[in-house]
Amino acid sequence: MTTISQPDHATMPGVSTPAKSRDARRVRGLSDRTIAWLFVAPTIALLLAINIFPLIWMIRLSFTSLNLSMSYLPLRFVGLDNFRDILNDEDVWFRLQTTAQFVISSVALQVVVGFGLALLINRQFRGHSFWTTIILLPMMLSPAVVGNFWTLLLQPQIGPFNYLISLFTGVPPSSFSMTGQVSLAPWTIVLVDTWMWAPYVMLICLAGLRSIPDYIYEAAEVDRASAWRQFWSITLPMTVPFLMLAVLFRAIENFKMFDMVNLLTSGGPGSTTELVSISLKRAAFEKWRTGYSSALAIILFVTVFGAANIYVKTLNKVKQR
Amino acid sequence: MTAAATRSTAHSIVEASPRTKAFAGGLVILYAVITILPLLWIVATAFKSQSDAIAYPPKVIFEPTLEGYVNLFTVRTRQTPDFIAKLPPPETWYDQLVRKRDMVIAGPSKVVPRFVNSLIIGFGSTFLAVFLGTLAAYAFSRFRIPLADDLLFFILSTRMMPPVAVAIPIYLMYRQLNLTDTRLGMILLYTAVNVSLAVWLLKGFIDEIPREYEEAALVDGYTRLQALRKVVLPQAVTGIAATAIFCLIFSWNEYAFAVLLTSGEAQTMPPFIPFIIGEGGQDWPAVAAATTLFVVPIVMFTVLLRKHLLRGITFGAVRK
Repeated sequence: MTTISQPDHATMPGVSTPAKSRDARRVRGLSDRTIAWLFVAPTIALLLAINIFPLIWMIRLSFTSLNLSMSYLPLRFVGLDNFRDILNDEDVWFRLQTTAQFVISSVALQVVVGFGLALLINRQFRGHSFWTTIILLPMMLSPAVVGNFWTLLLQPQIGPFNYLISLFTGVPPSSFSMTGQVSLAPWTIVLVDTWMWAPYVMLICLAGLRSIPDYIYEAAEVDRASAWRQFWSITLPMTVPFLMLAVLFRAIENFKMFDMVNLLTSGGPGSTTELVSISLKRAAFEKWRTGYSSALAIILFVTVFGAANIYVKTLNKVKQR
Repeated sequence: MTAAATRSTAHSIVEASPRTKAFAGGLVILYAVITILPLLWIVATAFKSQSDAIAYPPKVIFEPTLEGYVNLFTVRTRQTPDFIAKLPPPETWYDQLVRKRDMVIAGPSKVVPRFVNSLIIGFGSTFLAVFLGTLAAYAFSRFRIPLADDLLFFILSTRMMPPVAVAIPIYLMYRQLNLTDTRLGMILLYTAVNVSLAVWLLKGFIDEIPREYEEAALVDGYTRLQALRKVVLPQAVTGIAATAIFCLIFSWNEYAFAVLLTSGEAQTMPPFIPFIIGEGGQDWPAVAAATTLFVVPIVMFTVLLRKHLLRGITFGAVRK
């Protein structure tokens, strides 16, 4: 390291007093402010280049009628037309509704399954750690690969899922198709998403349950509170901040959902499972309506950004506990 | 657990009774078995022959074969039995296996290049993200940075964006810069996504290292950078490793950017696997074989990461 020695502050190593050592620190090597700046700058620069610059470009494009399949046309500014078209488009509202239904039902199911599992695992039975790891596996997998192999499992004839259902209910396995039927497909994506992400809710709830100190339960025992009462007055309220965290994170992730559903149903049958992201991909990368899809993307950004804001505030609240 | 003290209260919730434990354990194991079945089915399908894989009713017991794996790694052409009879005897076991199906191996498939892409893009972006993330996290943890909370929120918020929406301007930008379908383009993009996780996670890990160690080193005449290298980094090594694995898993599993921004040269495994096709649709044993090979590292990492998993999935918010 380059050492800039100044005669006034020359210190003898090892015998420096606290006051002197502070001076010495400033003298030796780079100053703290320079280091802080040098360390943070590359990350910020990368994010500006890969996220913010393209975002600004996209905002500009959202006011144009650019269509990449007809990019020979001169760039024409159309003002807020794209936004007006989107907000007046019944299809867009329908996709948003589909997305909202998917988000609400999958997150609700994951909370029930995940919280239930956490309560059970918290009983600390023998081997709970091994079985917990097994349960956690699905959420670590690639959503696209998951969506792809579930199409095999859910094939009406050759897939084991329909066959198992028919074993238990007697319905012929080829009489229904989980991914091909309008009435079932919305539930199929919820089912597979829950298979994947209930462990996520479980893991966070488990941390919540373990954060409750034993003495509270012991006090409740002394007061002869029933197990039911203990659950409603101690366990649940003390886990809620953790649950909120899990719900918000899952809600944001599922609002953005693209990969798993794209491979499982690719939005079908018809457009029953066409979530906003899939619709956006079709507008941007199949119809090449860049101006229009930029505007739609910005609307989604604003929505997610709002949700992210709440999310970070909740994160900080949980952290303070 | 200080069980001895609490066990005396017969039905304390703190230490569940043996019957409750057995009941809870039973239900959890049942769930675990059901949840792992789809994965086991895929692993088994990889060892099925084409006809066993699409048999009705679905076959649980079958004669295992390596055909799926052979099909995954090769491109084959169908030939007449006469033509095959005229060929010199097969040199390898896989030649023989393929010929039994009236086919001849025409060459290697694209799976190896795709796998290599996944590795290069995964490790490249992980290295960059962890490097940049460690520096930024150290600065956020140790120095007073103006607007630190806003900067941290900005860093996190970039990860909240829907990938398809991000891909639209990236696609346009990469076209201008000739970065479409290049490994460098994908590495830069994945680094940008991963760096947000890396900063948040590593800040948590570095916050936990007592400042006194560095202060002592500084008093002893180390510069800041020396103190970082010789005192802080060795202490943070577990955290850095855990962060690196999280970044690697993200890049390994990522699909949306990969499918929208790559088509050949730089394509990774996730967009490739669904398009492994044989004669008449998806070649399920080969798809299952690819899925198995793709998932095995993830399973190993999950076991390794078990202790830090909670931190990773909540951006360091919950630490246990």
